[in-house]
Amino acid sequence: MFAGLSRNDWFLFLAFTAVILLMPIILQPIGAAYPALMQKMCIFGLFAIGFNILFGLTGYLSFGHAAFVGVGSYAAVWSFKLLTMNIVPALMLAVFFTAIFALVIGYVSLRRSGIYFSILTLAFAQMSYNLAYSVLTPLTNGETGLQLSLNDPRVIDRLFDGAGPGLPRVNFFDLYISGGGYAGFYTCALALIAGFFISIRIFRSPFGMMLRAIKSNQNRMRYTGFNTRPYLLAAFVISGVYAGLAGGLMAATDPLAGAERMQWTASGEVVLMTILGGVGTLVGPVIGAAVIKYFENIFSSFGDATLHDVFGFLPDAIEDPLVAFLSLFVGDGWHLTLGVVFMLIVIFLPGGIMEGLRRIWNLFNRRRPGDREATPAAQPQPAE
Amino acid sequence: MDAILLQILNGLDKGGAYALIALGLTLVFGTLGVVNFAHGALFMLGAFCAVTFNKLLNLESVVIDPEQTTAWGSPLEVRTPYVEAWLGDFGAVLNDYSVPASIVLAIPVMLLVGIAMERGLIRYFYKRPHADQILVTFGLAIVIQEIIKHFFGANPIPQPAPDAFAGTAYVGEIFGLGQTLAYPWWRIVYLLFSLAVIGAVFAFLQFTTYGMVVRAGMHDRQTVGFLGIDIQRRFTVVFGLAAVVAGLAGVMYTPILPPDYHMGMEFLVLSFVVVVVGGMGSLGGAVAAGFLLGILQSFASMNEVKAIIPGIDQIIIYLVAVVILLTLPRGLLGRRGVMED
Repeated sequence: MFAGLSRNDWFLFLAFTAVILLMPIILQPIGAAYPALMQKMCIFGLFAIGFNILFGLTGYLSFGHAAFVGVGSYAAVWSFKLLTMNIVPALMLAVFFTAIFALVIGYVSLRRSGIYFSILTLAFAQMSYNLAYSVLTPLTNGETGLQLSLNDPRVIDRLFDGAGPGLPRVNFFDLYISGGGYAGFYTCALALIAGFFISIRIFRSPFGMMLRAIKSNQNRMRYTGFNTRPYLLAAFVISGVYAGLAGGLMAATDPLAGAERMQWTASGEVVLMTILGGVGTLVGPVIGAAVIKYFENIFSSFGDATLHDVFGFLPDAIEDPLVAFLSLFVGDGWHLTLGVVFMLIVIFLPGGIMEGLRRIWNLFNRRRPGDREATPAAQPQPAE
Repeated sequence: MDAILLQILNGLDKGGAYALIALGLTLVFGTLGVVNFAHGALFMLGAFCAVTFNKLLNLESVVIDPEQTTAWGSPLEVRTPYVEAWLGDFGAVLNDYSVPASIVLAIPVMLLVGIAMERGLIRYFYKRPHADQILVTFGLAIVIQEIIKHFFGANPIPQPAPDAFAGTAYVGEIFGLGQTLAYPWWRIVYLLFSLAVIGAVFAFLQFTTYGMVVRAGMHDRQTVGFLGIDIQRRFTVVFGLAAVVAGLAGVMYTPILPPDYHMGMEFLVLSFVVVVVGGMGSLGGAVAAGFLLGILQSFASMNEVKAIIPGIDQIIIYLVAVVILLTLPRGLLGRRGVMED
């Protein structure tokens, strides 16, 4: 299991692990070192890594990945309600149900490619979303969202210590996960690191190579006698499972599941993260997710008053119009910033932040252009 | 019988909106080969043209009349919209008809927006993969809708239909079915309007020299170029035209659905499904599929149908799309060789 990774890959993995585990220290100077935000970064990082396995490797753009997050969340919350507040069965169930769900949707959607695939996944996600809101209300609790309540059965928990007073918290045996503590963050961080490791393995495996070959020329793959469908389906299910796990973790850190997690704007968000960080790179999606979650947090808490404070040194004649203009982009207008940044990235830097870093790297290492890349992921693969 | 007729009518006006948006999407795709995810935002911009126009018409002068007093004894504020002050009765009529009248504002605005969009952004994406086109126009859609949200707020802004069309039409009497079949006038107007616009677009493409060149360009762009025609410029105009069609669909839809900043996204998803069902690149297919899916949706929301298959009204359009995509690779009327995969 541990063979097959080059020294560079091990270095990347260890560096990644160190950075994730030390996030509470590293993020201190930029004021993002609180568990609620960091665990969000980890969860969406995991989601984006999974999405990248499908989109980055095979080039199939799914617009329905949020449906898997939704299924994972519902499965986890039901496990909290029916079985136990322990996180282990919840995550296992989340993974199990999303895998089945992804298998069905993938089997149908992968019969087409290109934009038709995008539309098919979008259609399935919208169907799930609409049904979760309407007919499936007994299962999803409709608009209110699925919540824990005092008289949930929680069979396994009651077997051991009966019903305690108040709502129980999600736990890992004696460790409380929900409620925004560090235990929650480290659970998500460990999941992210595990997910990242699997993703490196996939990227470096013959299977990953096959997926890349499908992206670059699917017809030629078929001509050489490969049936590409099983490979695509496997990639689809793996990436769905990542999303389901992310959904399960969302439910674990905040035991509530709502249908809006499945809406197609949520699918769009993970696309944004992956593109922003860098499609097809290993760490790009995580960076994209972290950047978006960080700036979402910072920008949406800004108001006109903060802007006036920042630009207070300017004369009023300049300050007022400047603040009026900038206020478009902060607070409620955070999505505008996101849209603009996203457009700029797609137009000028299709490789995302990772490509930007690589360009800067190359700028300072002109002696050996293309010899070493910022990430091994961007390295050209040797021909077979 | 009545119920079925009513559902068909119900579906037709929504179908009209789908058809208009899908028509624009198909035009853009057929000419420029660009998948435009910002098309829904153009629909929404059109709707907000109507809102703006209405606001302009309702700019008021406030005069405090000391002669008259309100019930509380304070001087009465007399508010008169400027249009009525300047134009008298015609102003009042204009105010009543603000929604259809705002077409006058919407056409130039949407044409400009469309051409600016094409020249400023879309043209750099002809050669990029479809995924990039989807992504950049998706970003643009977010930007447009956030700007609208900034200026108009997040809440829907209801727009009144003209008084003459505000009531219900007893359609049943026309068919000799008695008074049971009643239907809002404005929806009938919308249906006729959408048919007229669709007819105009087809006539433009079919019966004018300009349209003929555009069609030739859709078919074989290179050869038209060899003949010394600047096909690019015509395609830019077609993009503007598609924007106008989407905008007009939005303007006239405002009395049916109060516009808010994200209405475009909802319609966009459905319209894309419509385009794909109709067949990428087929104008007739887009229109047919628009009306078809509109009618299917309204049938699915009948209580009798919902009793058999619960929730069918929520998913029917997507379900049909899935079935069509899997059984008819080119959609209903798709041309051979256009985006088959």
